[in-house]
Amino acid sequence: MTDTSTPVWHYRTPKQTLLRWLGWFSLVALTVLCWQLMTENTIWAFVSDAPDQAADIGERMFPPAWGYIGELWEPLWDTINIATLGTLIGVAIAVPVAFLAASNTTPSTRFVRPLALLVIVASRSINSLIWALLLVAIIGPGLLAGVIAIGLRSIGFVAKLLYEAIEEIDTTQVEAVRATGASGAQVIDYAIVPQILPAFWGISVFRWDINIRESTILGLVGAGGLGIQLSASLATLAWNQVAMIFVVILVTVIASEWVSARVRQAVI
Amino acid sequence: MQSPTTSYPTRWKRPPLILTHPVWRRVIYLGALIYLVLAVQSIEIDWQRVWLGLDRGWKFVEGFLVPDFVTRWRDISEGLMESLTMTVTSTVAGILISVPIGIGAARNLAPAPVYLACRSIITLSRSFQEVIIAILLVAMFGFGPFAGFLTLAFATIGFLSKLLAEDIEECDHSQLEAIRATGASWWQVVNYAVQPQVMPRLVGLSLYRLDINFRESAVIGIVGAGGIGATLNTAIDRYEYDSAGAILIIIIAIVLVVEYSSSWIRRWVQ
Repeated sequence: MTDTSTPVWHYRTPKQTLLRWLGWFSLVALTVLCWQLMTENTIWAFVSDAPDQAADIGERMFPPAWGYIGELWEPLWDTINIATLGTLIGVAIAVPVAFLAASNTTPSTRFVRPLALLVIVASRSINSLIWALLLVAIIGPGLLAGVIAIGLRSIGFVAKLLYEAIEEIDTTQVEAVRATGASGAQVIDYAIVPQILPAFWGISVFRWDINIRESTILGLVGAGGLGIQLSASLATLAWNQVAMIFVVILVTVIASEWVSARVRQAVI
Repeated sequence: MQSPTTSYPTRWKRPPLILTHPVWRRVIYLGALIYLVLAVQSIEIDWQRVWLGLDRGWKFVEGFLVPDFVTRWRDISEGLMESLTMTVTSTVAGILISVPIGIGAARNLAPAPVYLACRSIITLSRSFQEVIIAILLVAMFGFGPFAGFLTLAFATIGFLSKLLAEDIEECDHSQLEAIRATGASWWQVVNYAVQPQVMPRLVGLSLYRLDINFRESAVIGIVGAGGIGATLNTAIDRYEYDSAGAILIIIIAIVLVVEYSSSWIRRWVQ
């Protein structure tokens, strides 16, 4: 009976092992439960004939209606304008919000900072398509609703990344400028802005890239751009036109990604 | 001998931080200005419509301040249930599929053909918006949360596999070598050298994706893929701004809860 006297090494204590198993078990149980609830109303007949549907749609999509491109230049121009102007509006509002939200530049941590953080969260949690849905109902369909929707959504994104950049700056530079007798505005201008400027351009161009993607679909709810043509083609089941629009969207997205990557490389 | 009258500039002008070349700077500024004028002109603003809409906008603000959770509670809870179940199942399915793809897309673990195949899957999944994928999948699988589940799972693959593959490529190679030196097979290397290194980050990324999937589930409902987005769309179509306000408040609240709890879990894991 020498066995019992030599303790066997285990990676975890029995309690830890049990807890881990319980954790995994509840995760699996939750997933199965969610699956049950989700598929309660699913009509499986539609799901099982999906391959046929896919083949049918694929057949109708090919070849794409190349001639349709003539009608797409103007919506494409609109889409780019929505993204660019929306980004400009978003950035213009996001900069002051970011300075109010950063703990080292905010005028008051108790009142102003939570308010600024609330603005950031509200803007971030609502997708631009939902903003567009609301704005189309309020100010009517058109480019303006799209521009404002993109702008509102961009505030949170830009402000969040920017205020994190402001909080991470080198404080010795701020102290050095302050030691020369600079006023508050001069400290921001000469000590903080030069430090965050590369981050600012990087964030803005990155958001512009995302906004190009998002503005291609805003038209689905009536806010202008390629999405309007897309919803029209979908409504008439003109799948070859839909395929053409997808091609245009893909090319635009790749081009904007290339531009933003180049600009970020040059700036940072 | 330097004369004491050498004049030094008495004023200092801050040099430009970016676009240091003066000619290029002017050209780019001018180009931007021309573009801006053209772009602003392309927007047609119907001021009369905007004026009429302000009234409606005010009603929406009122609805947001005094939300109505009760009248449409059945629709809201149904949509919410669909969104939440869709989020959980699609995230789990997405993780299960993206782990092997992520390993396959890591240059230091996979042979070239597998690497290329996995990378092309990732590129395909990343290049299209969730909403566009949802449109196609709704056309194939019919309306409802099942199409939404597929959309979100597909989008999760592109996101998670890409970041997981990058993480595997960046992990500490000495540990891989050490395990390999003991004569371990490929599986054992993955299990004992790679998995412990990437696990904390994988958990963090999965939680982050859970958060994103919930937000997206609120959007893809607009094109018919089920969830709270469909409810929201209906509420706005019916001009029930107080119900719409209630739905938006619920979305923001859930996003906040998910975000805070996921950052808490991430800190606990790492």
